[in-house]
Amino acid sequence: MSWQWFHRLGSPRWFYQKSSAWLPWLGGAALLLLAVGIVWGLGFAPEDFKQGNSYRIIYIHVPAAFLALAGYYIMAISGAIGLIWKMKLSFVVMRAAAPIGAALTFIALFTGAVWGKPTWGTYWVWDARITSMLILFFLYLGVMALSGAFSREQSGDKASALLALVGTVNIPIIYKSVDWWFTLHQPATLKLTEASTIDPSMFYPLITMIAGFYLFYAWVLTLHTRAMILQREGRTQWVRELLGAPAPTKA
Amino acid sequence: MGPDAVGVPLSKKAYSAEAGATQDAYAQVPGFYTLFRTELVLSARRRSDIVNPLLFFVTVLAMMPLGIGPEPEMLSRMAPGLIWVMSLLATLLSQESLFRGDYEDGSLEQLALQPQPLYFPVLAKVLVHWLVTGVPLALLSPLLGMMLNLGAAGYWPLFISLVLGTASLSLIGAVGAALTVALRRPGLLLALIIMPLYVPVLIFGTGTVQAALDGYSFGPQLAVLGAILAVAAALAPLASAGAIRISLEN
Repeated sequence: MSWQWFHRLGSPRWFYQKSSAWLPWLGGAALLLLAVGIVWGLGFAPEDFKQGNSYRIIYIHVPAAFLALAGYYIMAISGAIGLIWKMKLSFVVMRAAAPIGAALTFIALFTGAVWGKPTWGTYWVWDARITSMLILFFLYLGVMALSGAFSREQSGDKASALLALVGTVNIPIIYKSVDWWFTLHQPATLKLTEASTIDPSMFYPLITMIAGFYLFYAWVLTLHTRAMILQREGRTQWVRELLGAPAPTKA
Repeated sequence: MGPDAVGVPLSKKAYSAEAGATQDAYAQVPGFYTLFRTELVLSARRRSDIVNPLLFFVTVLAMMPLGIGPEPEMLSRMAPGLIWVMSLLATLLSQESLFRGDYEDGSLEQLALQPQPLYFPVLAKVLVHWLVTGVPLALLSPLLGMMLNLGAAGYWPLFISLVLGTASLSLIGAVGAALTVALRRPGLLLALIIMPLYVPVLIFGTGTVQAALDGYSFGPQLAVLGAILAVAAALAPLASAGAIRISLEN
């Protein structure tokens, strides 16, 4: 097998040029799936017999929570690729993924709070899953803060990639310990709707929304990566040509 | 300067001298014992580095009853959590300077230039940090337990859990200290990146004391704390070593 494609992938210029062709497809598919999923979920899926219409926020909440966690792994893995193969592009992807993941974690927390008010009667509970998501949010913020703290870009890249990796090792431990802490402190009086017991008529729109969120994530990540490539490679010839700026004058 | 210019000949000389002077056990890990002893002596000479985290610990804990009220029942309910959270903060605050002095005078670079892995120097420094902050914190904990009206069953578990837990805290915090050593004012950033990683230790640390207070066996919680320490001792110095190399490039 040839590894040429892998090494090509490391070139920001190659990625920028290739991804222009992917963008309309990614964006179109993402928006289509999201539109279908939202109309299906909000308009046609049956009402929940206990929660009424308020359960419908699940169609935003669950996909956002999925992507919040997957996004951390995407960020950490691209950071690891950058550390191991010294790829410029993967650090850019890692940095681009951090704010998107943090935003999705926030959306998951926020929609959870909005959902919690009618179902549990309170916006915030120190439930195991909510607490884990909150800590995940802090992990994202830490990576973002560290990557911005260095004046030299490469150091910020490597340092935040290492922190993301340390976080990856910790996420299962944190998740298990928070779960354990919750069962120790509070009896499980509140139960979230279990995804496995959901009726097919509600489940199919949910799957559509999750697929839509994945594509949407890929689309936004590509867009953000492209913007960051332009920002970082602003001094190179091809970016200047692309933007129609004059070539740098030699002193 | 390159590694062959200064680092290798100097350290090789140091090895042979060291191997002759100490037992074979230390010769397995050249320089570990020397660095450990040097760090310990340095910490003993800089008393404020040892005393300040402890004073912080005691002072902030003395503020707690003033803030939440002096009712003994409430204090005794909150005591394990308060003492543990304050140990977290005290460890974190003292950790900022873990690699700073060595970074500023260049000895961290010399350590990194040595042909041996950075794992052991980091482990030596963390061990000293734990001996001068974690262990005294644990030794002080009965006094604070008394001030906060901790139940009699909680003293011994609190002490053991603090001894085990602060070692993990020192190890995990070393990663953050190594990542931020090249920054000018890392204090708040260090707290921001390290606090979420402290969560498991905090949960099982307070869990130990709570289980003992509720009359249950606290062995399982201590076992988990020990497991966390084992994983942290294996992995955290590796991550710190990587982080030190990144910081030195800056």
